[in-house]
Amino acid sequence: MRLINRNPDIVLRTVLVALPFALLLLAYALGSEARLAENPSDKLMPSLSKIGETAQRLLTEPDRRSERILFWHDTGASLIRLLLGVGISAALATILGLLIGLLPYVRATLAGFVAVISMIPPLAVLPILFIVFGLGELSKVVLIVVGILPFLIRDLSARVLEIPREMIVKAETLGASTFVIALRVALPQLLPRLIQAVRLSLGPAWLFLIAAEAIAAEQGLGYRIFLVRRFLAMDVILTYVIWITLLAFLMDLTLRKLSQRLFPWTQATL
Amino acid sequence: MSFVTAENIFLSYGSRPILERVNLTAEEGEFVSIVGASGCGKSTFLRLLLAQETPTKGEIRVAGAPPAREPGLARGVVFQRYSVFPHMTVRENIVAGESLRSRWGRFFGTEARAARARADETLARIGLDHVADQFPATLSGGMQQRLAIGQALAAKPRILLLDEPFGALDPGTRLSMHDFLQELRAETGMTVFMVTHDLEEGFKLGDRVLVFDKPRWDPQDPNLNGATITYDFDARDGGIPFQRIKEDTHVLRPT
Repeated sequence: MRLINRNPDIVLRTVLVALPFALLLLAYALGSEARLAENPSDKLMPSLSKIGETAQRLLTEPDRRSERILFWHDTGASLIRLLLGVGISAALATILGLLIGLLPYVRATLAGFVAVISMIPPLAVLPILFIVFGLGELSKVVLIVVGILPFLIRDLSARVLEIPREMIVKAETLGASTFVIALRVALPQLLPRLIQAVRLSLGPAWLFLIAAEAIAAEQGLGYRIFLVRRFLAMDVILTYVIWITLLAFLMDLTLRKLSQRLFPWTQATL
Repeated sequence: MSFVTAENIFLSYGSRPILERVNLTAEEGEFVSIVGASGCGKSTFLRLLLAQETPTKGEIRVAGAPPAREPGLARGVVFQRYSVFPHMTVRENIVAGESLRSRWGRFFGTEARAARARADETLARIGLDHVADQFPATLSGGMQQRLAIGQALAAKPRILLLDEPFGALDPGTRLSMHDFLQELRAETGMTVFMVTHDLEEGFKLGDRVLVFDKPRWDPQDPNLNGATITYDFDARDGGIPFQRIKEDTHVLRPT
């Protein structure tokens, strides 16, 4: 039987899903143990139990100076920036994507412009953002928007253009105005694709958030990681990295489930 | 004046003529089939009737109205595919036939309830009432086309344009769609233009069959000439309209 026709059963599938994670953990544990055996005060690869202890301390014990649990404060600050940035981008991209996709005049004006703008490396304009918008929250949100908005606009306008012409013409013959076509025909078909595009842009959004926080911030997950880097506190860094990964994964999962729940027609088949 | 008139229609893309000297008049209630080889401009002519494209020269008028510049309520259309909205349920698709023309594209309150009731009547008539709450993607091709026709008729157009509506259906479904369309036509007396590849279908359903072809063919430059209507058959009575036996002769004759 050909390899392409062999499928693992449910048990084996579960094992296979878990396998790479287990291997990564094992490799880390072995590496850490080897290093610690040689030098018990090694900081580069703290043992898993050490990371666990640190995580517990970070999650529960308040900071001595500020009396706050910094972990949750960092998480809150970062999430607000991320959600603001992604939310603003998604809203703008939906409107602009519809306009570019539906209206030839807007397409002629903006499509080329967006294509060029999207080639600007967002991190290269980060200094400009800091100068213009200051070091506060605004510049970080703007960096996320600058980073993912052009991609979202290009993707969504392409998706609007993918709507079969027949469907638009059909709506015209039913008397729909441009506004109604946008609202009742194009927008509902765009929304599931918006969620997909947002899922794809979550990775870059986190990248820009952490980059902005690393350079200038007073709190935030990226800020903390780059702060404790100076003390080589790998246990703290790893806790934060795992936490960020988990957050990003959960967001992705939530969006996917949300899309399935909100748009049942996307899965409808004969 | 005739219900639909096309006067001396020319259409070219750039310097390449597609249609030339097309003249057509059709009466209200006529069913006109349009046949021809691929690329002979029959679908293009349908797009001109639909006002999705405007002719380079000439005018098409429907019911005496000035030539349309874009598709509108006077013309209903069903394409081979993509003629229903995938994000609306079957019932919503029928309601959309009436509601899309309103300012927000949807009905509210009592108006919405009345429209839903009318949609349910339409669905019962076209035999889709049992799937009213499903999405079109769960329907078979024939049911989707029935829905598309029902949706187009819900908007009460003056003429109905069909662009190979049954092209993607299997032969059995196609036959039942023919019955469906003939019943619907007997009920509504619609004026219909149907582009088809299938000659038999064209003659079976149509009162007239128009053949699109290129009258002149330049061997050096096949694209030099456009197509026009080369034949206009009377397709009533199975294509033999003038051999109708008027007396009751008590002789066996084909039914």
